[in-house]
Amino acid sequence: MSHKIVIPIGPYHPLQEEPEFFRLYVEGEKVVDIDIVIGYNHRGIEELAEHKHFDQVTFLVERICGICSTSHPIAYVNAVEDLAKISVPERALYIRSIIGELERIHSHLLWLGLAGHFIGYNTVWMWAWKYREPVLDCFEMITGNRNHYSMMKPGGVRRDIEDEHIPLLKKTLDEISYATDMFKGAVMDDPVIKARLRGIGVLTREQAINWCVVGPTARASGVNIDVRRDDPYAAYDRVKWNVVVEKDGDIFAKTVVRILELYESISIIRQCLDKMPKGQIDANIKEIPPGEGIGRHEAPRGEVFHYVRSDGTNRPIRHKIRAPSYMNVASNKIAAVGGTISDAAITLAAVDPCYCCTERTAVIDRSLDKKIMNGWDLIRLSQAKTARLKEDIK
Amino acid sequence: MNSLKTQVKERLSPWVINWYEHSARRVYIDVKIEALKEIAKILFKDLGLRFATASGCDTPRGIEILYHFSFDSTGEIFSLRVLIEDRNNPQIDSLATLFSGAEWIEREIWELLGVNFKGHPNLKHLLLVEDWPEGKYPLRKNRKIIQ
Repeated sequence: MSHKIVIPIGPYHPLQEEPEFFRLYVEGEKVVDIDIVIGYNHRGIEELAEHKHFDQVTFLVERICGICSTSHPIAYVNAVEDLAKISVPERALYIRSIIGELERIHSHLLWLGLAGHFIGYNTVWMWAWKYREPVLDCFEMITGNRNHYSMMKPGGVRRDIEDEHIPLLKKTLDEISYATDMFKGAVMDDPVIKARLRGIGVLTREQAINWCVVGPTARASGVNIDVRRDDPYAAYDRVKWNVVVEKDGDIFAKTVVRILELYESISIIRQCLDKMPKGQIDANIKEIPPGEGIGRHEAPRGEVFHYVRSDGTNRPIRHKIRAPSYMNVASNKIAAVGGTISDAAITLAAVDPCYCCTERTAVIDRSLDKKIMNGWDLIRLSQAKTARLKEDIK
Repeated sequence: MNSLKTQVKERLSPWVINWYEHSARRVYIDVKIEALKEIAKILFKDLGLRFATASGCDTPRGIEILYHFSFDSTGEIFSLRVLIEDRNNPQIDSLATLFSGAEWIEREIWELLGVNFKGHPNLKHLLLVEDWPEGKYPLRKNRKIIQ
């Protein structure tokens, strides 16, 4: 006989930037429903933006996310430039693409590491984070910061990439490229990972369209979208690269998309470094006319959408921000339901929601109203399933 | 074959109040509020546009909501603009029944601007706490700031 159990996941965990709270309804091993509660990290940034001038907002939106900290500034400057119809110096466009892609590399590596940890592949975790480190060093060298680079400004970028930076950048890219080969082999040729992640947390193409998901979550479900190609900005239309699309919609497909995107990012940065012309990096905007503008950027997690409206003063009167996880996390309602508890941790993490907080998880038996499992038990449950599969495959 | 812009213009013509092309890939369309659901259905289901998000704004004329639809093959964004003049009891049809992607943003606009989405399956707080006082809408411009 089965009875319904509620598993609350969240809301706070030191590993994640965005506290979220998942309430899983479980019958036996099976997840039958999920309730997603967000808002724990609501800081009123849209309202705050209305009280800052256009230059300050760039710094404000940079603080929305600690992992993809340049995604929001790029989308925001795109929106302001669309509003005021500003043309940006060529060199600045290339620098924007380089910063955006470096960020994608370190963000995807971070996800890969945590995903590995959740399914019991702690070596992948250590590797991925080891190779993420040199990327952060590059950021420190170019921008002065490992994160929150403050590179963007309406009309251009704040800092130039100096010639002496380029050798180390290229060397780091070679290292990452080598590491990506290893990850590709470790993930795509491993029968255990295939058995563990294939067919888990599936989001079909129709569901992906219905939930309007974006980024790798959409591309893994066969939805061929990428703002960098579809609505080109920065220097993305000046270099050659491919959009990675997979058909299956499961976690394996999401992993493959992210790993293959690492290659594309490396290729984009290399081409940008070679093609980048000399010259100005800032258009020196004096004022923003009244009007409205929309800017987008393909962040590591998907399309970031900014809408800015100006009344001719030095502050926006409305600034709407839509992050990719806003669309992707909601789709967990489909992906996690029907799966088992041992797959819940990795399924909720597969959309890369700036991390799900399994450590705070507690399994509560609703009829007894007491905790029977904590967060580590849930990760252990997930890791045990991988270990079982390993035994079976041997 | 006609471009998407021409198709949208033709299909939406009975309800368009104003058509404004800000740039080649950014189109703002003022439409009649009563036809919103029908228009969204044409864009999303028939023409295959993706719903990016919606944004509400409290303006002197009333509460304005923009629904941003993206056509990813060409990078065009069509933003439908509707104006709700009745500030005391703002109401509009919910699009969440057409596509689930609108569920969260409608909840957000409901709590931040106080717009009631008719027919929404689950209209409850998203970002604000559950016991947020009724009738207080943070993004309304007529609010008083407590010192």
